[in-house]
Amino acid sequence: MDYSPILISLKTASLSIVITFFIGIFAAKWVVELKSQKAKIIIDGLLTMPLVLPPTVLGFFILYILGVKRPLGRLLLEFFSVKIVFSWSATVIAAVAVSFPLMYRSARGAFEQVDKNFIQAARTLGMCERSIFWRIIMPLALPGVTSGGILSFTRGLGEFGATAMIAGNIANKTRTLPLAIYSEVAAGDMEGAYEYVVIVLIVSFIVLSLMNYFTIKESKYSNKDVIK
Amino acid sequence: MSLKVRIKKKFKGFLLNVNFEACCDNGEYLGLLGSSGSGKSMTLKCIAGVETPDEGYIELNGRVVFDSNKKINIKPQERNVGYLFQNYALFPHMTAEENIGIGLKLSKKEKKYKLNELIKTFKLEGLEKKYPSQLSGGQQQRVALARILAYEPDVLLLDEPFSALDTYLKEKLQNEILDFLLTYHGMVIMVTHSRDEVYKFCKNLCIIDNGKMILTGKTKDIFKQPKLLKVAKLIGCKNFSSCEILSSNSIYAIDWNLKLKLENSLTDNYDYISVREHTFKISDEDEFKMGENIIECKIIKVIEEVFEYIIVFENINNKKNKVPIWYKTKKDEWDKRKDKDRLFLRIPEEAILLIKNSN
Repeated sequence: MDYSPILISLKTASLSIVITFFIGIFAAKWVVELKSQKAKIIIDGLLTMPLVLPPTVLGFFILYILGVKRPLGRLLLEFFSVKIVFSWSATVIAAVAVSFPLMYRSARGAFEQVDKNFIQAARTLGMCERSIFWRIIMPLALPGVTSGGILSFTRGLGEFGATAMIAGNIANKTRTLPLAIYSEVAAGDMEGAYEYVVIVLIVSFIVLSLMNYFTIKESKYSNKDVIK
Repeated sequence: MSLKVRIKKKFKGFLLNVNFEACCDNGEYLGLLGSSGSGKSMTLKCIAGVETPDEGYIELNGRVVFDSNKKINIKPQERNVGYLFQNYALFPHMTAEENIGIGLKLSKKEKKYKLNELIKTFKLEGLEKKYPSQLSGGQQQRVALARILAYEPDVLLLDEPFSALDTYLKEKLQNEILDFLLTYHGMVIMVTHSRDEVYKFCKNLCIIDNGKMILTGKTKDIFKQPKLLKVAKLIGCKNFSSCEILSSNSIYAIDWNLKLKLENSLTDNYDYISVREHTFKISDEDEFKMGENIIECKIIKVIEEVFEYIIVFENINNKKNKVPIWYKTKKDEWDKRKDKDRLFLRIPEEAILLIKNSN
C-alpha cells in the first residue's frame, strides 16, 4: 500500500484546520459585532455559500483567481516564482475553502449564545474589548468553537471536488485519501480502495468521538458536578 | 455626588423616557422603585453605559458621560460605574478569586495584597478557588460585590440585588450587605420592585412607571403620603375608595359609603382616598353612635398569616357596592377580643391618604 495519500491528507487537513480555525473565528467575531442587520444577512449569506455550493464550483472560482493565466496567479508566478495551482498548497486552499463555513457558522452560533450580561459586566469592570473576547467570550464559547473546528477538520480531510479541480491528482504530491480512493476504483483495484476507505473511516470516527468527549467534558462549570 | 439623567430609549415596543436628578451624600442610597418591566433596569444600564439611549443626557458627578447632541458617549470601561447584575454575572469559568481580580490593573504583588484584603472583608476565606456554580447564592453575591468594589467605582448600581435569593436568606443578606456597604463611600443607586428593600436601604426614592418617572422624593415622605394612585399601589396600599369632596375638611368615600373628617383642610382636588390596612383602630358601639370616621364592619373572612390576621370586611351600611376593606392586626390583639362578630373600626384622621389619579 502506498502511504503517501495518508500523509498528504493528514498534512493538508492539519494545516488547513489551523488556517480555517482562525479565519472562521475572526469572521464570526466580525459578523456578530456588525450593527446593521442588513449587512449581517448579506455577509452571512456570502460566507456560508461555500457550504451549499458544489465543491467544483468553488474549485472553479479558485482557478479563476489563482490560475497561472489570471492576474493574481501570474503575479505570484512571475514575481515570487510560486505556482499554486496543481501544487500541494492548492490542496490546503481547497480544504480551507470548503471547511471555512462550518467553522464560521459554529463559532458564530457559539459567540451569540454567550450571555450578554457577562459581556456587559466585563465592560463595567473596565476590561478592554480584546481581553473580553479572549478571556470571557472565547472560553464560554469554547464547546461550540471546538466542535466547529473538529467538523471543519473532518470536512477538510474528506475534500474531493475542489481539490481535484485545482490541485489535480498527482501521486506523491496532491493525491489525498479521497483522490486515492477514486484513483484505485478507477483503475479497478478495489482491494487498494478498501484499505484507504478503512483508514478514512477510522480517522473520522476517532475525530468525531473526540468531539463528543469535549462536549461532555465542557459541563465542568455547570451545576451538575456540584450536585454530584 | 450627583446624577442627572434625561434619556429616551425605545425598546421592545416600549418607550423609556426618564428624567431625574439626584444628589446623594456619601453612603446614601437612591432607590428606583417600579413594577417589573417598567424600565428600571434599562435606566441603570444606560447610566452604566452598557446600553445606549436613543437621545438624552447623563451627567455623573459633574462629568457628562452621555450627550446625544454633542455626540458624547463615554465607554462603560471609562465611566467608573460598578454594576451589580440581577444574577450577579459571575464568570462561570473563573474561580471566585479570578472573578474578583479580573478588573484589577495592578502589579502581581499589589494585586495579591488587594485580593487578600477583599477576600477578608467579604468573608470569602476558603472559597477563593471555588467556581461560582459551587457557591451559594449569598456567597455569589459577596463575590460579585467584592469584584465590583475592587474596581473602586464612583457610583454603585444595584439591579434587584436580592431578587435571586430565597426569602429566608434575604433578610440576613440584606443586613450583611448594608454592613459591607458601610465601607463604600460613593453613591449607590438601587433598582427594585420591593417596597421593603426600598424602605430599608434608600433615603431618596424615584418611582418609575411604564417608562416614566412619576414621583421623586424622600422615601419616608413618599411612604407617608404617596400622592398618586400608582405610587400608593407600589408601596403596598390595599384599600382604595374613590372620593367626593364635601367641605374643606370632610370627604365622602364613595366606594365605602362613608363620610370622613380630615385632619387638615383641603387645598387641592383628590380622586381617591386610601387607608393602610394596619392603621385602623378598634372602636366600639358607643363611639360609633357619637363619633366620626367609624365603620361598623361586616366581617367577610379572616386570613391567618404567620404573625398577623387579615380581617377582610365591608361597611355594613354600604348596600350598593360591596367593596372589601383589609384590616391587619397582630394575632394576640385579635385573639384577646371577646366579641369577634361585632367589629367597629375607627379611621384616624391622620391615617387618611389623599390620592390623585395622576399629576
